[in-house]
Amino acid sequence: MRLINIRPTRREQAILACIPFVLLVLAYVAGSTLRLADNPADKLLPALTTLVDSVNTLAFIPDKRTGDYILWSDTGASLWRLGLGLAISAGIALVLGMLAGILPVARAVLSPFVAFVSMVPPLALLPVLFIVLGLGEVSKVALIVIGVAPILIRDLTITAMALPREMIVKAETLSASTWLIGLRVVLPQVLPRLIDSLRLQLGPAFLFLIAAEAISASAGLGYRIFLVRRYLSMEVIFPYVAWITLLAVLMDVALATLRRRLFPWSEIAQ
Amino acid sequence: MITRRPLLAALATLGALSFTGPALAEAKTDFKVAWSIYVGWMPWGYANDAGIVQKWADKYGITIEVTQFNDYVESMNQYTAGAYDAVTLTNMDGLSIPAAGGVDTTAVIVGDFSAGNDAVILKDGATVADIKGRNVNLVEFSVSHYLLARALESVGMSEQDVKVINTADPDMVGAFQTPDVAAMVTWNPMVAEIVTLPGATSVFDSSQIPGEIIDLMVANTEVLADNPDFGKALAGIWYETATLMVADTPEGAAARAAMGAASGTDQAGFESQMAATKLFAVPGDAVAFVTSPDLGVTMDKVRTFLFDKGLLGSGAPSADVIGIELPGGAVLGDAANVKLRFTDAYMKMAADGAL
Repeated sequence: MRLINIRPTRREQAILACIPFVLLVLAYVAGSTLRLADNPADKLLPALTTLVDSVNTLAFIPDKRTGDYILWSDTGASLWRLGLGLAISAGIALVLGMLAGILPVARAVLSPFVAFVSMVPPLALLPVLFIVLGLGEVSKVALIVIGVAPILIRDLTITAMALPREMIVKAETLSASTWLIGLRVVLPQVLPRLIDSLRLQLGPAFLFLIAAEAISASAGLGYRIFLVRRYLSMEVIFPYVAWITLLAVLMDVALATLRRRLFPWSEIAQ
Repeated sequence: MITRRPLLAALATLGALSFTGPALAEAKTDFKVAWSIYVGWMPWGYANDAGIVQKWADKYGITIEVTQFNDYVESMNQYTAGAYDAVTLTNMDGLSIPAAGGVDTTAVIVGDFSAGNDAVILKDGATVADIKGRNVNLVEFSVSHYLLARALESVGMSEQDVKVINTADPDMVGAFQTPDVAAMVTWNPMVAEIVTLPGATSVFDSSQIPGEIIDLMVANTEVLADNPDFGKALAGIWYETATLMVADTPEGAAARAAMGAASGTDQAGFESQMAATKLFAVPGDAVAFVTSPDLGVTMDKVRTFLFDKGLLGSGAPSADVIGIELPGGAVLGDAANVKLRFTDAYMKMAADGAL
């Protein structure tokens, strides 16, 4: 049989999917064992048991100084900033993206400006944001909005414009007003796309969040990583990176599920 | 089918190759030194540019590669990971980073101590006591944090009386100008800039805790033991450059101007930073400083601070977990786990003209 025709069964698929992960863990354990054999106090690649101990301390033992559970208070602070940033971005994008997608006049005003703004590298603006908006929560959320919203707006504009022209004309012949067309024809078709766009922007949003927390904060996932980086505390950094990745994957899955539940028709369109 | 063993071996090699191995101790001739921008460490960069490093390396038949890091933390991490044989750092970071990371480290040169370069600055406040209840922006767990702890102690307060907010050092000057910042602890050149801003008052600085924030050139103890010439070359480079740096001659002025330009200021700006630094340009002074009993007292304060902050390792039962060897052989803490050593050996050779 030709290789091209060999199809793994579901079970085989699951096993094959595990291979890269297992290889990664093996490479880590091998490297860690070698370094620890040289220097038992080596911090660069801590042993798996050290990592487990560290996770246990971070997640289940209250911090001596503050009495908080560090991992959870960091996660709470970060998710609050991220959630707020993404919600504001989605709100702005929905309004402006729809306007620019439906109304040629609004498009003439908005599109060139949004295209311009979306090219500003948000991280380069960070020092300015901190001085204008202060070192508090506002500047961190603002960075996420500035980074994410323009992309969402452009994406929704393109989606709205790509709707079949016949559909709009048909609605007009049924005497729908511009408002009604926006609400009943365009909105239901761009909302699923908004959720998919958000999924794609989760990565950048986390990037902006961590960058902002690295500069000034007293809690947060990025704050903790940059704080302990000073002490080469890989036993904290590795679990945090894994945790952030897991959170992002879970949010991605949750958004995909939400889209399927709220807008079942979007499955047919795809 | 691939057999399992070669695969594991290949993986082990891969894992080992992807990370730099620890500096292997053996007699060798090529050495790597890392340094970062700070008034007391600028001589290393200048010595490299002016050929002083080359001269001393040639004298001992070795090569010394001097690398400037823009990021201080990264330079220490690289040293701890084994990519460099020596690095510039403070006494506190030397204990909490390489020593706590299991890398046996020796302070070859005690270059200077901060005598005003680090400061607690308040907005609309006149004394340390005014800091009560405020948010304090600083680089958490750095010497700034230590200075804050000492400042609070001086008026009978503790860290419970303030709220620390970790802030990156490049953003300090900008941050101070935002309304929500009311107190800050940082170091030069930022301090010099911030105290000129309206409403800013320096209420406590490192000249009030003289000799506690010490800037060192440290080297891997094993490398040093196997290659004493490396230590001698470092001492030779330092004292030749430091002597030039403090000299009231046209050459000295040119050196200060060059170091000022390299650290982003000019000769006048650099000289004002030097005024807030007790530089050990005379080897005898440095020997007297490290052999005095005060060093043990200072290191005890520093290790207690680090232990309180959990920076000597999460499983550390007490501040004694890491042994600190003082000149003369006395050990502070666990004598079976000495990881930070102060020695006057190389500075004494310089004082005796034995280099």
